[in-house]
Amino acid sequence: MRRLSIFNVVSLTIGFVFLYLPIILLVIYSFNAGRSVAVWGGWSTKWYSSVFENQQLLAASWVTLKVGVLSASVATVLGTLSALALARFGRFKGRTLFSAMVYAPLVMPEVITGLSLLLLFVSLNIDRGFWTIVLSHITFTMCFVAVVVQSRLSSFDRSIEEAALDLGCTPFMTFFRITLPIILPAVISGWMLAFTLSLDDFVIASFTTGPGATTLPMKIYSDVRLGIKPEINAICSLMIAVVTVTVMIASVMTKRQEVERERAERLAVAGR
Amino acid sequence: MSAKTLGPVRRKFAPWNDRSAVPLIRIQNVSKVFGSFTAVDDVSLDIYEREFFALLGPSGCGKTTLMRMIAGFEVPTSGSITIAGQDLTDVPPHRRPVNMMFQSYALFPHMSVEKNIAFGLEMDKLPRGEIAARVEEMLHLVKLEAFAKRKPHQLSGGQRQRVALARSIAKRPKVLLLDEPLGALDKKLREETQFELLELQMTLGMTFVIVTHDQDEAMTMADRIAVMNHGQFVQISPPAELYEQPVSKYVADFIGDINLLEGRVTKNEPGTIILDSEMTGSRIEAVGESSAGMGDKVWFAVRPEKVAISLEPPRDPTINATEGTVWDIGYVGDVSVYHVRLNSGGTMRVSIANTQRVVERPISWEDKVFLTWTPDSGIVLTR
Repeated sequence: MRRLSIFNVVSLTIGFVFLYLPIILLVIYSFNAGRSVAVWGGWSTKWYSSVFENQQLLAASWVTLKVGVLSASVATVLGTLSALALARFGRFKGRTLFSAMVYAPLVMPEVITGLSLLLLFVSLNIDRGFWTIVLSHITFTMCFVAVVVQSRLSSFDRSIEEAALDLGCTPFMTFFRITLPIILPAVISGWMLAFTLSLDDFVIASFTTGPGATTLPMKIYSDVRLGIKPEINAICSLMIAVVTVTVMIASVMTKRQEVERERAERLAVAGR
Repeated sequence: MSAKTLGPVRRKFAPWNDRSAVPLIRIQNVSKVFGSFTAVDDVSLDIYEREFFALLGPSGCGKTTLMRMIAGFEVPTSGSITIAGQDLTDVPPHRRPVNMMFQSYALFPHMSVEKNIAFGLEMDKLPRGEIAARVEEMLHLVKLEAFAKRKPHQLSGGQRQRVALARSIAKRPKVLLLDEPLGALDKKLREETQFELLELQMTLGMTFVIVTHDQDEAMTMADRIAVMNHGQFVQISPPAELYEQPVSKYVADFIGDINLLEGRVTKNEPGTIILDSEMTGSRIEAVGESSAGMGDKVWFAVRPEKVAISLEPPRDPTINATEGTVWDIGYVGDVSVYHVRLNSGGTMRVSIANTQRVVERPISWEDKVFLTWTPDSGIVLTR
């Protein structure tokens, strides 16, 4: 391990301050006893309890949670299937196009995704609301799941599946008994990624929502326009906590899987 | 095992010479084409029950593709594969009476050793008690009773190899396919395992088809070996025949070491062929039959251990003899291999068994030596 030079330490500090100072400030001010956003009035957790008494905020959180779980689950199934298609069926006709289309939403500006979805719903005459948000979130989170699962499949030893077939297992059962258990950590971290993305999304949700379906980011945004209340700081801190925890679990799972695989490979190479 | 040795069984076994014997696996005119590459080119082969059959060849020769077609992982482009009278050409792998042991072992990483072995039996929907008994039996057979609850990544390479073996024979398939089964083991363990596999095959009475690029492995274990090159069989013979009567320079060179002495036919009578060789600067008289015509360019193939090396000139230096200088000596322990530069510029290899325990050998570097061989020590090859 090389030692950090002063230059490294300084640039690292500046970088982290730049990234996290606003968030740290927000978390600290969520514990502010005073009403004012700019003036420190001592420590207090009263804004947290007032969050839990605010029916509108709670309703928005509940909508967000439902959208997140639903869309992440469907996106995980679809994303895993497209990852399997891309990893398994070799060079089928139109593979390049399919793969480009699966991954395009990764780089597509959210405004465009949101707007095009809105146009679609309008032209199909679909009432906008809860289900249109779910559909939109499935669309834009699916590709993230596909990326995570495909990277796992690329290092998957096909002969393990062949061994199952060889022992009399049908291709269908092989997927559930062999493939899925082995790639499960990647599938779960894909789900978590999709869930946090859905939780965070403001742009696409505000394009595709309708009356009665307000997600938390939308609620926060509309409240903030009337002036920042300390309650908002509290609910944002809670969101940060949820997102951080899920992302951390997802990355720990992927990391652990990698470490385990590397160890297994080392053992195999050593041949003992 | 009731007999004291495997001799009586192995010596008598030669169903391929028996015209009334019905083959267990029948491969007829099978080809496999990947895009523009022909991996297997119109091959036909019969494999008999209880046979230990080896597919031997360099990488890319089509041996693995042929095995994967028997297992059902590849569908032949043309031709048919029949096992025990049943046409399997289009039967998917999970409905075939064959099992395969994979080169990478392909153990299920999320299952314990016993679950791995039980997997195929569970697929057959055997009663639970029978599965447990069979798993026990398999664990005993491969001496892994103590490791039943371990996961594959907690095992050594040799142990994993045995789990893979146990899993593939647990269903008692008619045919067991082994893809480079010993490739990942070190030399010592590999040699031990070769004999274990042989014994296992005898006890179980199964038909083994093994794919390997290691000629020692094939020679030690197989009843018959098919040497493959460019998707075709070059020769299918028992090991000794392959070694002593190769059909071509390719086989002669692939199996063991060989000296190929080039010459032109000056006499071809039933039982005797005489060549004129510029390489040896003498005539070569060989015993045997050959299709070569007068004046044809042919090769007298003689193994290094069948050539005699001496510091004294032979009685008749014009026939089956040559002379040269010792260029290098490879001391292997049990044998020494002499690389001799012939006066004509060619090289011959001679190997001598080191039967005496001395450090100084009588023949040394730069010595002028005479090489001789008998008419029946080699074979005349035309291709």
